[in-house]
Amino acid sequence: MSDKAAIRAEAARLQAFFSASGAVPVEADLLQSAETLLDLYGEDIRARAYTTHDPDRGELMLRPDFTVPVVQMHMANGAEPARYTYLGEVFRKQQADSRRASEYLQVGYEVFDRANPAAADAEVFALFSEVLSPLGLAPVTGDIGILLAAVDSLSTTERRKRALRRHIWRPRRFRVLLDRFTGRKPAPLGRAALLERAETGLEALIASGGPMIGLRGPDEIERRIRHLQEDAAAEPIGTAEAEVLDVILSLRETLNNAHEQLRDIAVDLPGMSHAVARMARRMDALDQAGVDVAGLPFEASYGRTNMEYYDGFVFGFLAEGQPRLPPVATGGRYDALCRMLGGGREIPAVGGVIRPELVHALHNDLAEGGS
Amino acid sequence: MSLKLAVPSKGRLMEKTFDWFAARGIGMRRSGSDREYAADVDGADLELLLLSASEIPRELQAGRIHLGVTGSDLVRERIPGWEQVVRELEPMGFGFADLVIAVPRIWIDVDTLDDLDAAAADFRAAHGFRLRIATKYHRLVREFLRDAGVADYQLVDSQGATEGTVKHLTAEAIADITSSGDTLRANHLKVLEDGLVHRSQAILFKSRKADWQPADRAALKNVLAKIGG
Repeated sequence: MSDKAAIRAEAARLQAFFSASGAVPVEADLLQSAETLLDLYGEDIRARAYTTHDPDRGELMLRPDFTVPVVQMHMANGAEPARYTYLGEVFRKQQADSRRASEYLQVGYEVFDRANPAAADAEVFALFSEVLSPLGLAPVTGDIGILLAAVDSLSTTERRKRALRRHIWRPRRFRVLLDRFTGRKPAPLGRAALLERAETGLEALIASGGPMIGLRGPDEIERRIRHLQEDAAAEPIGTAEAEVLDVILSLRETLNNAHEQLRDIAVDLPGMSHAVARMARRMDALDQAGVDVAGLPFEASYGRTNMEYYDGFVFGFLAEGQPRLPPVATGGRYDALCRMLGGGREIPAVGGVIRPELVHALHNDLAEGGS
Repeated sequence: MSLKLAVPSKGRLMEKTFDWFAARGIGMRRSGSDREYAADVDGADLELLLLSASEIPRELQAGRIHLGVTGSDLVRERIPGWEQVVRELEPMGFGFADLVIAVPRIWIDVDTLDDLDAAAADFRAAHGFRLRIATKYHRLVREFLRDAGVADYQLVDSQGATEGTVKHLTAEAIADITSSGDTLRANHLKVLEDGLVHRSQAILFKSRKADWQPADRAALKNVLAKIGG
């Protein structure tokens, strides 16, 4: 059997496992609307996805993942609760000198079930853990919901919190904003001068800028300046609170220890207690699903850099000692993505994907090592 | 006669390239009729090709030419992982142009990328789509904005008259090449303080992908000795 055929057989075996666990197999088009993907993921998707053009349908992208089409299919005609599995190629542009594949198979499992989110999180993780168990992978878990809650519980303006929440997935930018809001770094150049000039009357000031061109109107400019004025008048975020946030962001512990620390933190930041309780419910659910919770690693910042729209539980399974290899499996809760696609509708969803070619390669390694 | 050098085929870039080499003892002139793209060289063992400046990056990447003169902006935009593909032999000191991000001058609240990011978030919330930046330098601008942590924008393609897109309501901001800034000012735009994406100039590039025979290396050595590289 050729490598490609063997990888497809491995993929079929993985999908059969998810089907046997009660998931309905679904398919998705290879050509996806670029407009939808761009609106959702932003310009970065253009660097990662292959774009093509149809004279009638306009710009299209070769499926960079299954998440969007599966959510769309579910919203259009799915009844809840629902469990889906899929198998197919995804396409990702790679760096010029990268040896990573630009075309590979994914097998996925997605759960749309609002009854008990903790149980759904645990169900997905336990299934992935079981089907991958022969490979001896290193699991890692995280919870973007904890980070979002930590931001929400800061005692500062709603607008600052919104700015921080928006950049949770861009750690460097998040840091710049946080340093500014705590007063560790000064406001951007020219901000003070602008606010001083604004004292003399906004309308005249805006009119002095030049003729009105473009869609962004004077009302929008005025509104932003008022926000800047409010921000300049707002108290800086306290050092103690900022330090707690740093502790949370750099938290790397076993799940049990992490939970204990976060529970202590929630005593001082009561806004976090809801997210910490949710974490505890998930741990119970994982335990009931037969997962060894005590030994499970937890990294609070896991999934921050490459998994935008995951906004709750996140997980990955990594091949130990092979840092150059992409994760064998990743997943998490993506309620925010569904909310964007659903125009505000709440469709809680959690799921994950496995890369069969990595599973296949690791099986081969194991077989060679054992012979 | 197999070391191939491509230079821009017309206009000031060609003239300045010829002047630059002439000042270093390598004479170049167009041969044949005015319209024929052919050229002669003396003072170096070179085969001279006249190509459109915008095609020279592609030829360097394909290794069909050993050396090429073109703008650093074009090489960075057109060749993914350009440092692995070409080497900069000599900055030539002409063809200067800055790739910059510019916004309407009336945006008195937007002077930095930081402001642009915040304005983009508000714009998206108010208008239901991402703030549009018109450009033809997609890769350079996207990487620049990603590194700066700007979100909620989209790039719209503009192959010419980019400064007019804001007025025509097809974009909210632009990223384009400017040398003096006159066209930007005439179109009521201003450059962001930290909005310099790339400072471009004409550069003599060496292709790492070309077939470098011993004779080619020897010829290059002679050229380098003359140009002092």
